[in-house]
Amino acid sequence: MEKWYLMTTVVLIGLTVRWTVSLNSYSGAGKPPMFGDYEAQRHWQEITFNLPVKQWYFNSSDNNLLYWGLDYPPLTAYHSLLCAYVAKIINPDWIALHTSRGYESEAHKLFMRATVLIADLLIYIPAVVLYCCCLKEMSSKKKVANALCILLYPGLILIDYGHFQYNSVSLGFALWGVLGVSCHWDVLGSLAFCLALNYKQMELYHSLPFFCFLLGKCFKKGLKGKGFVLLIKLACTVVASFIVCWLPFFSEKEQTLQVLRRLFPVDRGLFEDKVANLWCSLSVFLKIKDILPRHTQLIISFCFTFLSLLPACIKLTLQPCPKAFRFSLVTCALSFFLFSFHVHEKSILLVSLPVCLVLSEIPFMSTWFLLVSTFSMLPLLLKDDLLMPTVVTVMAFFIACATSFSIFEKTSEEELQLKSFSISVRKYLPCFTFLPRIIQHLFLMSVITMVLLTLMTVTLDPPQKYPDLFSVLVCFVSFLKLLFFLVYFNIVIMWDFKNGRNQKKVN
Amino acid sequence: MAALGFAASGGNWFSALVLGVTLLKCLLIPTYHSTDFEVHRNWLAITHSLPISQWYYEATSEWTLDYPPFFAWFEYALSHVAKYFDEEMLNVHNLNYNSSKTILFQRFSVIFTDALFVYAVHECCKCIDGKKASKELTEKPKFILSVLLLWNFGLLIVDHIHFQYNGFLFGLMLLSIARLFQKRHVEGAFLFAVLLHLKHIYLYVAPAYGVYLLRSHCFTANKPDGSVRWNSFSYARFISLGLIVFLVSALSLGPFLALNQLPQVFSRLFPFKRGLCHAYWAPNFWALYSALDKVLSVIGLKLKLLDPNKIPKASMTSGLVQQFQHTVLPSVTPLATLLCTLIAIAPSIFCLWFKPQGPRGFLRCLILCALSSFMFGWHVHEKAILLAVLPMSLLSVGKARDASIFLILTTAGHYSLFPLLFTAPELPIKILLMLLFTTYSISSLKTLFRKEKPLFNWMETFYLLGLGPLEVFCEFVFPFTSWKLKYSFLPLLLTSAYCAVGIAYAWFKLYLSALTDPPAGKTRKQ
Repeated sequence: MEKWYLMTTVVLIGLTVRWTVSLNSYSGAGKPPMFGDYEAQRHWQEITFNLPVKQWYFNSSDNNLLYWGLDYPPLTAYHSLLCAYVAKIINPDWIALHTSRGYESEAHKLFMRATVLIADLLIYIPAVVLYCCCLKEMSSKKKVANALCILLYPGLILIDYGHFQYNSVSLGFALWGVLGVSCHWDVLGSLAFCLALNYKQMELYHSLPFFCFLLGKCFKKGLKGKGFVLLIKLACTVVASFIVCWLPFFSEKEQTLQVLRRLFPVDRGLFEDKVANLWCSLSVFLKIKDILPRHTQLIISFCFTFLSLLPACIKLTLQPCPKAFRFSLVTCALSFFLFSFHVHEKSILLVSLPVCLVLSEIPFMSTWFLLVSTFSMLPLLLKDDLLMPTVVTVMAFFIACATSFSIFEKTSEEELQLKSFSISVRKYLPCFTFLPRIIQHLFLMSVITMVLLTLMTVTLDPPQKYPDLFSVLVCFVSFLKLLFFLVYFNIVIMWDFKNGRNQKKVN
Repeated sequence: MAALGFAASGGNWFSALVLGVTLLKCLLIPTYHSTDFEVHRNWLAITHSLPISQWYYEATSEWTLDYPPFFAWFEYALSHVAKYFDEEMLNVHNLNYNSSKTILFQRFSVIFTDALFVYAVHECCKCIDGKKASKELTEKPKFILSVLLLWNFGLLIVDHIHFQYNGFLFGLMLLSIARLFQKRHVEGAFLFAVLLHLKHIYLYVAPAYGVYLLRSHCFTANKPDGSVRWNSFSYARFISLGLIVFLVSALSLGPFLALNQLPQVFSRLFPFKRGLCHAYWAPNFWALYSALDKVLSVIGLKLKLLDPNKIPKASMTSGLVQQFQHTVLPSVTPLATLLCTLIAIAPSIFCLWFKPQGPRGFLRCLILCALSSFMFGWHVHEKAILLAVLPMSLLSVGKARDASIFLILTTAGHYSLFPLLFTAPELPIKILLMLLFTTYSISSLKTLFRKEKPLFNWMETFYLLGLGPLEVFCEFVFPFTSWKLKYSFLPLLLTSAYCAVGIAYAWFKLYLSALTDPPAGKTRKQ
C-alpha cells in the first residue's frame, strides 16, 4: 500500500483520541457502595486471581455474586486473570481479596486504561486497518479515509475508554471473523468468531449471519462434495475452540450449568435501565414487565426477534455473498437489540460494528445510524460525566465522515442503494420519486431532535413528577429511529437480490 | 469517487483540518497543566483587581507579571470574560486556585485566541508559490504546510497541555511575515511592533525585521549587481515606519513612563538574575557546555582530581530557577552570552543587507536570528525553539534542502520539549502526538520531494532513529535502574545534549545554505 504513512497517521490519531478520552471519568467513580463497570472489571481481576477456577462463577463467602459477580464467558475471566498478574507485579493492593473492594487511585486508573488500550491495539485496530486495506474497488486514499471514520466511531471509544469496558476485544475478534470469512479463510474466521463468542455472550447477536453465511457457502459448494468437507471442518473448529475455552468448566456438570446460568440471567427481567428498544419504549404506555408472566415475556420477545431476522437470514443462506453477509449482520444485530430479552444500552455497539463495515457502501445512512447509536447511549454517558468528550468525539466523527465521503452529495436513490426498491414501487405508484428528499428531511429532523434533546437534558431540570423524563425521551426517540433503520436495511437486503440478478443478465 | 472526498471540494480541507485540531485541543482540556496556568491566572487577577500603577509592583504570588504591557492589557480584556465563569479566580490572594470553571475558561481562552493563528496560517498558505500543483490534495505544498503549522506538535503540547498563549502570538508573527511576503510592509511592521509589546522574546528576531525593512522598503532601488543604490532612500517610507513603531511603543509604555515606572517594568521584563540555563536545560550550546562540565566533574571526582567539598551543591536539574556555577569550566556571564549571540547573528544580518533575496531571504535570516539566540542566549527556555520551528515550516515546503534541515530541527526540537510533560497520564499523549507529527512531516515532505535526492544521508537517519532508544532509556528503563537516585539528572542531560547536537547541526547547515546561496538576481526571481 503506497499510502502507508497516511494509514499510520490515521491509526495514531485514533490512538490519541482514545487516550485523551480515557483521561476523563469512568463509570461509578467515587460512588460507593456499588461503583460501576470499572469496579466490576477490577473485581473480576481480584476474583480470578485469588480463587481457584472452580469457584469463579459460584457464590461463596469469598465471592459474593451480588457484588459484580462474573457473568461473562471464560475468555473474559482469563483476560482478567492475565491483567491481574500484571497488576500483582505493579501493586498487589489492587487485587487483594476483600480489602481491594472499591479501590480507586490515579495510578490504578492509569493501569486499567492502559489495559484497554493494549487490548484495543492488539485486536481491534489491526482488524480495522486490515479490513480497510482489503476493501475492493477503492483508491488507497479512500481506504485511509474509511479507516479514519471507523476508528473515530465515538460510541465504542466512549464506552471503552470513558465508561470502561473491553468491547474492543469481542468486537475485534468478531471483525477478524468477518475478515476471515469474507476472504475465504473460513476456518480461521470461524475460530476468531468463536473467540469473540467466548469473550462476550452478546456476540450471539452476530452468530446467525455467520452460521447462515457459512452454511450457504457449504450448500453452494455442494453438500455431497467439497461443501460437506467444509461443513465438517467448520463444525470441528467450533467444537474444538469451545472445548478449549471451557475446559476447566467441563469437569462437572454443575460447573457448566452454573456458568450458563450466569451468562443468561433470565430472571433479570425484560430490560434494565433505559434502553432504546421496543420493550423499554413500550413500557411508557404499557407496563408489560408487570402484566405478563416472565416466561410469556421470554416467548414474545423470542418470537419478535426471530420473525424480524428471519428474512435476512434466509436470503443470506440462499445467496451467500460478503456484501449480503455484512448487511445481514446489521439487521440481525439490530433485531436482537430492538426485540430480544434483557438488552443493555451498550449492546448497540454490536449493531454499530457491522454498520461501520458498510460505511463506504452507504456513507450517508451509516453515518446517520452511527450518530443515532451514540445518541441512544446519552443517559449512560451523562451519568458517567462524559458530556465534553461525547460532544467533541461526535463532532470529530461527523466532520471526518462528512469530509471524507462528502455524505450530503450522496443521497440519490442509487447511492442509498434504494434504486431497485423505488423501481418496483413505481410499478404501482408512478409518482414515487420523492424518497431521497424525504430521507434528507428525516436526517435533518433527526439531527435537530438529537441536538435539542441533548441540550435539554444537559441544561434543564426534569419535572419532579417525572425524574426520568429526558432519558425516556432520548430512548424513545432513538427507538423510533432504529426501527426506521431496521426497515431500511431490510429493504436494501431484500431488493439487492433482484438488483444482483438484473446485473447478471446485463453481464 | 476515486479521489478523497474533500479533494473535489477545494477549500473544504482547510476547515476540516482546523476543526479537527480544535476538537483535539478540546480533548486535551483535562490533561495536566503546569505552573504557567497559575501564572496566567495570577495575571488575570492582577490586571483585573489592581490599578495600572500596581501591575508591575504586585508581588503576592511568586509569579509576578513579567510580560510587556500589551499582554497585561490582553489579560485585562480576558478577565472581563472570566468574571462570568468564576469570580474567585480574579482574586489576587487566591493562590493556586483552579476550580473546574477556571480550568475551562483558561483552556478555552487559549483555544479561542488560536483563531488568529488559524487566520495567519491561511494567509501564509496563500503566499507560498504552488510551483508544482499536484493533482493529489495530500501532495500539495499548501496542504502540507497547513498541516505542519496547524497540527504542530510543539504548539499543541506547550499551549494546550503545558498551558501558554503562544498560539495567537505566533499567529501575529506569521501574519506579519505573510504581510511582508505580500509587500504590505507597513502593515507587517505594525503587527510586529504590537507583537514585541505582547511578548518580548520576539526581540530575538527584531534585527531581521529592522534590516529587511530598511533595505527593501526604505531603499526603493538596487544597482544592477544587486547592491544598494544609496540615493534611492525614501525619507517618507522611513518616517512612516518610524512613526508606527514609535506610536505602538508610546501606547504600550507611555502610561508607565507617565507613572515613572519604566525602570521597574524593565527590571521585570529582563531578569538577568536568573540562571544561565532554565530549570530544564534548553538544548543549546550552553547545554553542551554544561554537560561537558558535568561529565568532567564526575570524571574528576572519580580520579580524585577534584575536591568534593569545593563542588557547589546546587544541581542544575532541580525545579526552581537558580544560579548555577560550573565546576571545571569557567562560568558564563550574561555579557558573554550576549556577545556570543550578537556574533552569531551578525553574518545572517550582513547576508540580508548585501545579498537581498526578497522575502524568502528575510525569512531565512529571521530563522537564523531565532536559532542563533536560542543557541547562545541567556536563560533560554526550551519552548523558544518554536520561534525557529514555525517559520521554518514555511521554507520547508519550498526546497528539498530546507526540508531536510526543517525535519532535523523540528524532530530534535520537539523531542527536547518532552521533559515539559513528566506526568504518567500524559506520557502516551506526548509520544503519540510526536509520532503523529514526525511520521506525517517526514513522509509527506519525502513524497513532495521524491524526484530529488533523498532528504537524509546515513548520518542524519541514524541520528533521528537514535531518538527512539533515547526515549526508551530515559522514560522506561532509567526509572527502574539503581542510578535513579544517584544520577537523577542523567535523563535530562542526555535529552538536552542529544537534541542540542541536532539543533546545532541544523543551525550550521542553515547558515551554510544562507551564505552559499547565490543572490536572487542571478537565480529565479521570487
